[in-house]
Amino acid sequence: MKKFLIALLFAPIMAFASGAAVHLDKWPGSVSDKAALQNGAKLFVNYCLNCHGASYMRYKNLMDLGLTEQQVKDNLMFTSDKIGGLMAVAARSDEQKLWFGATPPDLTIIARARGEAGNAGAGADWLYTYLRSFYRDPNRPTGWNNVVFENVGMPHVLYGLQGQQVRNHETHKLELAVPGQLPPAEFDKAVSDLVGFMVWMGEPQQEFRRKLGFFVLAFLGLLFVVAYALKKEYWKDIH
Amino acid sequence: MAAGNFEKYKSDGSLAGNALEWLDARFPATSMWKGHLSEYYAPKNFNFWYFFGSLALLVLVIQIVTGIFLVMHYKPDAALNANGVPIAFASVEYIMRDVPGGWLIRYMHSTGASAFFIVVYLHMFRGLIYGSYRKPRELTWLFGVGIFLVLMGEAFFGYLLPWGQMSFWGAQVIVNLFGAIPVIGNDLSIIIRGDFVVGDATLNRFFSFHVIAFPLVLLGLVAAHVLALHETGSNNPDGVEIKANKDENGIPRDGIPFHPYYTVKDIVGVVVFLMVFSAVMFFAPEGGGYFLETPNFYPADPLKTPPHIAPVWYFTPYYSILRAMVWNFFGLDAKFWGVVAMGASVVIFALLPWLDRSPVKSIRYRGPITKVMITIFVICFFILGYLGTLSPSPMGEIISQICTVFYFGFFLGMPWWSRMDKFKPVPDRVTMHK
Repeated sequence: MKKFLIALLFAPIMAFASGAAVHLDKWPGSVSDKAALQNGAKLFVNYCLNCHGASYMRYKNLMDLGLTEQQVKDNLMFTSDKIGGLMAVAARSDEQKLWFGATPPDLTIIARARGEAGNAGAGADWLYTYLRSFYRDPNRPTGWNNVVFENVGMPHVLYGLQGQQVRNHETHKLELAVPGQLPPAEFDKAVSDLVGFMVWMGEPQQEFRRKLGFFVLAFLGLLFVVAYALKKEYWKDIH
Repeated sequence: MAAGNFEKYKSDGSLAGNALEWLDARFPATSMWKGHLSEYYAPKNFNFWYFFGSLALLVLVIQIVTGIFLVMHYKPDAALNANGVPIAFASVEYIMRDVPGGWLIRYMHSTGASAFFIVVYLHMFRGLIYGSYRKPRELTWLFGVGIFLVLMGEAFFGYLLPWGQMSFWGAQVIVNLFGAIPVIGNDLSIIIRGDFVVGDATLNRFFSFHVIAFPLVLLGLVAAHVLALHETGSNNPDGVEIKANKDENGIPRDGIPFHPYYTVKDIVGVVVFLMVFSAVMFFAPEGGGYFLETPNFYPADPLKTPPHIAPVWYFTPYYSILRAMVWNFFGLDAKFWGVVAMGASVVIFALLPWLDRSPVKSIRYRGPITKVMITIFVICFFILGYLGTLSPSPMGEIISQICTVFYFGFFLGMPWWSRMDKFKPVPDRVTMHK
């Protein structure tokens, strides 16, 4: 009876299934790869920070990537002269709205915002696929369109690196028409590094959080042994 | 046993003893200690389900303490800062990044909100299967339903504060519901918002409700809940009244002092709970996108409606019931009946003590009808909860309507089905299962 009721409990929940709209490539990187994160930070500051802010993030936190204060100041600081300053964007949002049709969103926690219920890693996959899915479209004001984000206001900022893709109208696949500075595999690696930086920036202490979690669980595990022994001792006469 | 029936403490002549005697002559210290802990006799056969009351108290403390620290840095301000981000939203990210340990405090609070509902739902389920709401504990149950209602309000107000997209649009949808009430509806929703749309006035009053008004009421109700419980004594998995069988000293033969027996037992429950809590907090603080919904990582934008507005998981069963009502009755809009059904689906728990007509309390001595009814009820609750997280669909609408009928059928049919069952004889004494 009991087993039957439990089976009954879960049956209807399994009957529902959901499918994703666009196929997303899995982000191949990791937030523990410091060299990749440093490269991602460089790409982010050079290509993204001109239009997008990362305005919850301070430059000094970039030192957590294994950089010295001088390295951050020399290579990564273009919008502020204070190491404790926020990574704000210089462009004015009302002007940007005129240029692109929408104000470019702040990117500090974009990797978290692009996640999905039931799939926290989906944000990274989305960014990784999106940044590699621009193609030439003469019907768009910027000349660019995107498979993942149709009619997006953003132009293909990384086209110098990737080159120019076109969409084959029969196969609906993207093909590289004009090569860029980087071969496709290297470009994918660069985007992966950039996405890694955004995932890291979404929660810079995430590695520490997980590390602390192990210690806390280990402590609670020991506490459980003590607490359980105490309970057993007190309860041995209760029948 | 009520406090006050205990002898006053007599000093043994030591300094500490004298101090306690002085205190006890002026304050019911020992009588409260004895009446509620060391000589409060609880049935000795509590099982797994009896951990969740003390755990709810623990989560309440976690929420209050972490909340105090969050208020030190959070700013309830919908105005935009120099970078074009609402100050309230930016202050949450400030806590997450710049306040030392702020991320931990904030995750404790956000995980605690979901944990609160998990333990309270399990606590209520315990009451349901063992008939804990039955005479003489009706008032304990009613205080508990009051706690549940206030908790829902507290969670609703708190969810607006991060001022993300889901905060904003969730509040917009729920406050607009009041507009469906005939005649007064529109004015009522304006009074609640303090504005024609959800805005700075709304954020500030919700902040006030969340940090002062509702926690005060909550604490009062929790005190009343525990006092009423200690007046009647606890029920137990057998549904046997332990006070019916006392020894020569007037102590229930099946009772054991709450302290130390249940304090040491509850510590085990607390540690296990904290392990689960920490596993979520440290390794999946978004709770898979259900504890912290991903659209809430975008700041509130009154000009951009998200494609899919879903309440947090603990509200979704009632949200499904709201959406299940699609018919206009008596010239009133379906939305109004949705609100009525949603309100009724929560408040109806208060009627349980009078709906249940079974001659025995515990599910252990009740037959297949009770077991099947409770199982169907739980299944419907889960399905409604799941559907509430999804966008509306024709199939989902029909399923949620069927589940809504079962949901209310469970309660409204209870006076009949609870009597029709086959019952087993209830023992005189509690039973111990190892």
